[in-house]
Amino acid sequence: MDLSAINPVLLIASLMVAATPLLLAAIGELVAEKAGVLNLGVEGMMIVGAISGFAISVETGSPLLGFCAAAVGGAVLSLLFVILTQYALANQVASGLALTLFGLGISSLMGQSYVGLKPPSTGEIHIPLLSDIPVIGPILFQHDPILYFGIALVAIVWALLKYSRVGLILRAVGENHDAAHALGYKVVRVRTLAILFGGACAGLGGAYISLIRVPQWTEGMTAGVGWIALALVVFASWKPWRALIGAYLFGGITVLQLNLQAAGVAIPVEYLAMSPYIITILVLVILSADKSSAPASLGRIFHASN
Amino acid sequence: MIRLEKRPQPSQTWSMATPLVAVVATMIFGGALFGVLGTNPLAAIRTIFFDPLFGEFAFYYRPQLLVKGAPLVLIAIGLSLGFKAGIWNIGAEGQYIIGALVGAGIGLAFYPLEAWYIFPLMILGGAFGGFVWAAIPALLKVRFGTNEILVSLMLVYVAEQFLASMSLGLMKNPEGFGFPGSRNLQEYASAHNTELIAGSGMHLGVVFAFIAVIFAYVLLNRHMLGFQIRLTGEAPRAARFAGVKPARLILFCLGTSGALAGLAGLFEVSGPAGQINIDFNVGYGFTAIIVAFLGRLHPVGILLAGGLMALTYIGGEIAQGQLGLPAAAIQVFQGMLLFFLLALDLLTNFRLRLAKGEVA
Repeated sequence: MDLSAINPVLLIASLMVAATPLLLAAIGELVAEKAGVLNLGVEGMMIVGAISGFAISVETGSPLLGFCAAAVGGAVLSLLFVILTQYALANQVASGLALTLFGLGISSLMGQSYVGLKPPSTGEIHIPLLSDIPVIGPILFQHDPILYFGIALVAIVWALLKYSRVGLILRAVGENHDAAHALGYKVVRVRTLAILFGGACAGLGGAYISLIRVPQWTEGMTAGVGWIALALVVFASWKPWRALIGAYLFGGITVLQLNLQAAGVAIPVEYLAMSPYIITILVLVILSADKSSAPASLGRIFHASN
Repeated sequence: MIRLEKRPQPSQTWSMATPLVAVVATMIFGGALFGVLGTNPLAAIRTIFFDPLFGEFAFYYRPQLLVKGAPLVLIAIGLSLGFKAGIWNIGAEGQYIIGALVGAGIGLAFYPLEAWYIFPLMILGGAFGGFVWAAIPALLKVRFGTNEILVSLMLVYVAEQFLASMSLGLMKNPEGFGFPGSRNLQEYASAHNTELIAGSGMHLGVVFAFIAVIFAYVLLNRHMLGFQIRLTGEAPRAARFAGVKPARLILFCLGTSGALAGLAGLFEVSGPAGQINIDFNVGYGFTAIIVAFLGRLHPVGILLAGGLMALTYIGGEIAQGQLGLPAAAIQVFQGMLLFFLLALDLLTNFRLRLAKGEVA
């Protein structure tokens, strides 16, 4: 075992990379849940985003187009969730599970001819001057554009939810859909848009795994990241900035256990690999006591006749 | 403009009919999907749904129906109890793995002793393993209000890592030439879950599945606890006034479904699968969710749904071999079925009315 082989600068830099898929998926789900929709299909939307993004960027050679395709792929799958929960008034828990099961199947079907290929490299932005600063430079200023986009997205979502009229309407729909309906807001339309946004974000997060983090395509490669993202929203008490902190925390755990595996710590690989899931459970336990910040209409079905 | 009108009572007819309509719709859309993949849709549907039952090699496939259906029905019966009460155990896959690990572990610990009590002990162990694994989300929910969906699912990944660790370490066959995986329990008479009638596919797990169906039917229709489960699902507020204790219900529903999933794992590992190995679990725990919904959370419905889903597994394998249909296509097919089912459920509670575009 050689712990000195772990480079703290690289560790923190790769922590940010590991956290980004979680962050993207969590921020999308956060918006959906703020609108009162519990979409358990994050894992399915992520994996569909992962393969859509991978396939398109391999075919076109452009990672950017790949990410666009991933967002579209995730959103298209979430459209199924919209139809089920907003129009067919189906149970949200069951519909979310259906989305995940279906997404896992359709992604491996789509990905058959892409196993073993290498996607085009996304490349990193080297911000002049800043990226040359020792220690801080490699940690903060030498990443791919999507990583910065993820952080920017947190800021945008936070500002929109807190200060804009759109955010107010979204929150009103999530807190009390009957009151929002009485005020003349289109509950179903707001929720549809929120779900689609969540789908697009999850798709981006999935593509981040298949195009940048890993980068290759294997079946079921999201390996529960979508579910951890769901837990992250609870962890964040539905606050965007806390989602960022949480994502970095989980990213850190993932990276650390991978580094410990590589360093040959005396703990068997399998036990290190299960640590992110166990820590997710522990965090859920610690934070479940306070449910006051959950949107009041979360998971409830809305129909104007009720 | 189509308008939805809430029915005063959920329609009995549609409640029975939606699974059938969903299956037909899935066949049509699934067939179209197979067509897009370059397979003749009619041939694919016939291979999946007809050949295993009445085809040339049906004598081989029919027993398989029981082998694949038993774990699905066992797990789905357990899940349906919780789903009825709004308690979502979606980690049956993990409970299935742990049940198999504990059960097989007991068997392997006795090797090479031959005794009558080994298999019964393994059965108890399997049920206990699954029960404990499901009791974790149950206790956390009761004590801390933790979301059981996320916890039970996280535990699937933990269980998968345990499985890998066991098949590469503690339970690895010492005479296995270094390959991963345990001793084959089929070659260890005291621990082998044998076919009760040779060549029929009928093993003890199938018997347990039938018993579980009867047990669940009696529980839900004739027992106070079953009434409380139904009441909590349909009218949570009324249930609280009626003095239903949520904690007891959560522990019972999750614990029972865990024990049944553990049993399914034990019967699989000691019978059809034969050994603990990295790829032991094949997703029965997740497919059982579809089975539970397809069976309308009703014991008899689940029995039928389990049979149908087993058919798609077997037919899917045949279609893979004969028509070159990808394995994932069947997974998509099963997922699609759940979609149609949930969407068509609308018709149970609502009436579609054609209306002019008036303001609602």
